[in-house]
Amino acid sequence: MPPLTRWFLRTALAWLVLAMLAGVAITVPTFGSEVLHAALQPVWVHLLMVGWVTQMIFGVAWWMFPRPAPARSFGNPVLGWSAYAALNAGLLLRALSEPVLATAPGPGVGAALAASAALQFLATLAFAASIWPRTRGT
Amino acid sequence: MPRASAWLVRTALLHLALGAGIGAVALAGKASAALAFALALRPVHVECILIGWTLQLAFGVAYWILPRRPGGPRGGDAARVWTAWALLNAGVLGAGLGGLPAAPGWALTSGRLAEVAAAVLFATHAWPRVRSYTPAQRGVTWPPARPSAPGAR
Repeated sequence: MPPLTRWFLRTALAWLVLAMLAGVAITVPTFGSEVLHAALQPVWVHLLMVGWVTQMIFGVAWWMFPRPAPARSFGNPVLGWSAYAALNAGLLLRALSEPVLATAPGPGVGAALAASAALQFLATLAFAASIWPRTRGT
Repeated sequence: MPRASAWLVRTALLHLALGAGIGAVALAGKASAALAFALALRPVHVECILIGWTLQLAFGVAYWILPRRPGGPRGGDAARVWTAWALLNAGVLGAGLGGLPAAPGWALTSGRLAEVAAAVLFATHAWPRVRSYTPAQRGVTWPPARPSAPGAR
């Protein structure tokens, strides 16, 4: 298993646990205000769908998709590692800034949320570009 | 990887990029009034990510990797899978756009119906492939015969 896959999969497992905890937190009425609960709802969904599902797919695809001969390369490592870093930095920034924006809005928090959106989008572009050459039909 | 799998996976990657792009603008719209219009695009974002990306990728990988009948076609019933691919993507388009506030009600329903048809086609293609074959059925001799040592009886 290549190192990038190990990082994707282990980080995905960590996000899974955090997502489950967030899922519990939003069911506890005494955990913060209603506004915080409402802001945590999309965060919880995205911890699962981006942090767990998509990241697990990225890791397994990087490992298992066919590697074209003769190089048998996994692909461009810069793109792969950039996707990993941007995806997780973006998701972490979102998980922190979205609830703060809902409870204590400010321009700095808004900028952090916008940056988290851009990072996650760039991560998908980097991953798609890195895996594209390995999806050729034969 | 069979050609249909490559198309399914590549279309899934395009949906991922499109869905993440729309989601990014919508997320930024929570912080910026200038982008708040994008919050209305949430149905397109959800449809692209859940069906266009996740489900379509699973279809592509399953078509590639499920066991095939020994001596049979490489991926099974290709025509059925190509039809599922077309219906699934038409369905994502219809259901995604049909979820927008100004869209007519029939668009969402017809998109979802196309997705159902794609799921039925893919499931009926995959159903007989969810099984295992013995080495003999696959024409494999197991365990492999060991070359006998010189002089051995």
